[in-house]
Amino acid sequence: MTSARTRTGLLALAISATAVLHAQQPVTFDRMLRANQEPQNWLTYSGNLAGHRHTLLTQITPANVKNLELQWVLQTRTPAEPAEKFEATPLVVDGVMYTVMAPNHVVALDAATGRMFWMYSPRLSQLARVCCGRVNRGLAILGETLFMGTIDGHLIAIDAVNGKPVWDVSLSKPELGYSFTMAPLIVKDKVIVGPAGGEYGIRGFIAAFDAKTGREVWRFNTVPGPGEPGHETWPAGSNAWEHGGGSIWTTGSYDAELNLLYFGTGNPGPDWNADPRPGANLYTDSVVALDPETGRVKWHYQFTPHDEFDYDSTQVPVLTDLVWQGRQRKVMLWANRNGFWYVLDRATGEFLRGKPFVRVNWAEEIDSKGVPKRLLYATEQGTLVYPNNQGATNWYSPSYSPRTGYFYIPTWMDTYSTYTKGPVEYKEGNQYVGRFPTMTVPALRTGPGAVNQRTPEEGYGAIQAFDAKSGELKWQFKMADVTDSGVLTTATDLVFAGGREGYFFALDARTGEMLWKGNVGGQVSAGPMSYGVNGKQYVEIAAGSALFVYGLR
Amino acid sequence: MRQVLVCCARLVLVASVGLIASVAAQEHSYTQADIENGSRLYQSSCAGCHGPGGDMVPGIDLLRNQFHRATGDVEIIRIIQTGIPGTTMPPSSFNEREAGTIVAFLRSAAPGALPGPGVGSRGPAIVPRGDMANGRALFTGKGRCATCHRVNGVGPRVAPDLTDIGTIRQPQQIQEKILDPNSLVRPTNRIVEIAMNDGSKITGHLLNQDTFTIQMLDSRERLVSAARTDVRELTFLKNSPMPSYRDKLTSAEVDDVVAYLISLKGLRP
Repeated sequence: MTSARTRTGLLALAISATAVLHAQQPVTFDRMLRANQEPQNWLTYSGNLAGHRHTLLTQITPANVKNLELQWVLQTRTPAEPAEKFEATPLVVDGVMYTVMAPNHVVALDAATGRMFWMYSPRLSQLARVCCGRVNRGLAILGETLFMGTIDGHLIAIDAVNGKPVWDVSLSKPELGYSFTMAPLIVKDKVIVGPAGGEYGIRGFIAAFDAKTGREVWRFNTVPGPGEPGHETWPAGSNAWEHGGGSIWTTGSYDAELNLLYFGTGNPGPDWNADPRPGANLYTDSVVALDPETGRVKWHYQFTPHDEFDYDSTQVPVLTDLVWQGRQRKVMLWANRNGFWYVLDRATGEFLRGKPFVRVNWAEEIDSKGVPKRLLYATEQGTLVYPNNQGATNWYSPSYSPRTGYFYIPTWMDTYSTYTKGPVEYKEGNQYVGRFPTMTVPALRTGPGAVNQRTPEEGYGAIQAFDAKSGELKWQFKMADVTDSGVLTTATDLVFAGGREGYFFALDARTGEMLWKGNVGGQVSAGPMSYGVNGKQYVEIAAGSALFVYGLR
Repeated sequence: MRQVLVCCARLVLVASVGLIASVAAQEHSYTQADIENGSRLYQSSCAGCHGPGGDMVPGIDLLRNQFHRATGDVEIIRIIQTGIPGTTMPPSSFNEREAGTIVAFLRSAAPGALPGPGVGSRGPAIVPRGDMANGRALFTGKGRCATCHRVNGVGPRVAPDLTDIGTIRQPQQIQEKILDPNSLVRPTNRIVEIAMNDGSKITGHLLNQDTFTIQMLDSRERLVSAARTDVRELTFLKNSPMPSYRDKLTSAEVDDVVAYLISLKGLRP
């Protein structure tokens, strides 16, 4: 196996050197497991299956990052709407970049020049309902096949060589609000996805599909039905669970040793009036550890029981190993929308630590058993809650650097919302939420006109670095506006991120000092990534309606 | 064509929503229940994208009757039901009656809405009762409003341009602002003072800011963009520079100024 892999790696290097792109090697699952052996490629949404978003390429350093310059730009090929944010993280395989322009236009590009090989645009149902933008966060690849979820509830397999569909399965009715916006996760021979749509009264799930045929192999319901464990956390004699939410917005992670996959789950429905659903509402706002062969849950941890504030656990699970109280532990780092960041034992789900990383007033603390000591509930008069409805962070990827041991979180600082309980009734195809909370910061994007006239007390953004082991805040890089950008760290101790202001920048991973910035002219709503072609390292970021690639001059 | 559509719109609303058809030609009338129901539906289904104030989507301002595509109530109802294919605007399952109540809410909240039971998010609609011509005279004369405000390209730029104020504010909101200017200073009208490293100070209207720069319209009507590295301190001024007219104008005179300002509908009324 090792010798075959070595041959593959050498071949890949030789191929990239001569740019014979048709000789790309199939992306086996083994390559994904050993992604650190081919850092020139970016084979999964987060760069590795542990959710690190960390590149091992070393050409760009703190000393030379000031020499970064734009290499090429891909402008969106179709007229983009303001809500069609460019959220995808590309994949790069042996010199070819694959990404998705909103909502579901797949492109293959020469990763060195940006020139397009092909584009595939599925015809989408006009019945699709998407709560938070017609967006897509990326693709998965296995062998020579790409996989994409669509906003109208399909999972499509696409030939990575010629851009033609291989199979296309409908997973649910788009008119009921089931949409797929996450980049799928590959585990072995399966493609794993779950639907967005918690604002439309969906019943969420995580499902595995045979990568060759599209046949559904298993399905884990994030809102358990009668007879399933956890159903007792929904009101007896009520059908609230049928519309209980629990969306899947972002890609999960996988531990091969434990043979467990991990996903975060979204808010319960309805979002802001919990009267129809007394109880903890499992498995919403949780992380679930699943057996990839069967979909059975091995453990779960619920960050926000009985949520009324839209605190989806829609984050990428970040896996690492730490010496914890004298003992080596396999842990999971998780900065949650609810304002706390957590360390869990990922073998057992045991709660190890939960501390606020922003101003929080809805809970006093997380107790030693991992249960929030809750202080606030939505009321008919209105309840002022920190952090705001968009959360202390959201779907934007954090990063973990094994070199610094720091956990890097894109953060909305000091934001608040007033939640006012309003009437709510489920009706197929309509939003099932209650009354929208007030916010001083626009939820999804910058509004029309001047961009930021807010005072700091109305909220701002930051990249924060915490020592994963001690929990200590090491530094903050503050921004005048909030950020919807993911974070990339490098093996040379750089941090790349952006924000709504339209900058893309590099920070010193140990101090937070800004070392370089570029103006991308539009809101960054994606996670950066890095790759190499012909021995040259590139850093990529999507912003506004375009994709930008930087390299050293 | 527009006339026809508006007329048809009312007919459909009357027929399908059961509204009271006792209004004059260019006016809309809805029951209190319609408006309240529409407000609830709007807040639970529309505000997420359009914002609580209806103005979050560029070029669209629902509560000011500013739409991209629809010219009448029938079209708005249709778009609420079917969405706009190929865009973020999704279809819904609202029937005509429900969609009609959302239209009722939007119409009731718009500036210049008729007096009645409607209570939009921008406060109850009231009719300006003053004398518009006298209000104009007060604006440029006794009130000295024109020494700071600009209308139709005439006057200074240091205070908000009022050319289209009649399309974006309710009479009551203007009245409140005249009497108590500090009651609400909108983010778009904030005044800041920046103290520069060289000891100079610049005061003006904050247009924009980011992590590295600040953009202002200063008190000398210059567009200023300052690097934060050159700025020692940025201070948001809490009070509006506008004086209260509570003791400067009679209530009748305030009504006259309100009537004049409400008459300002912009260059494309």
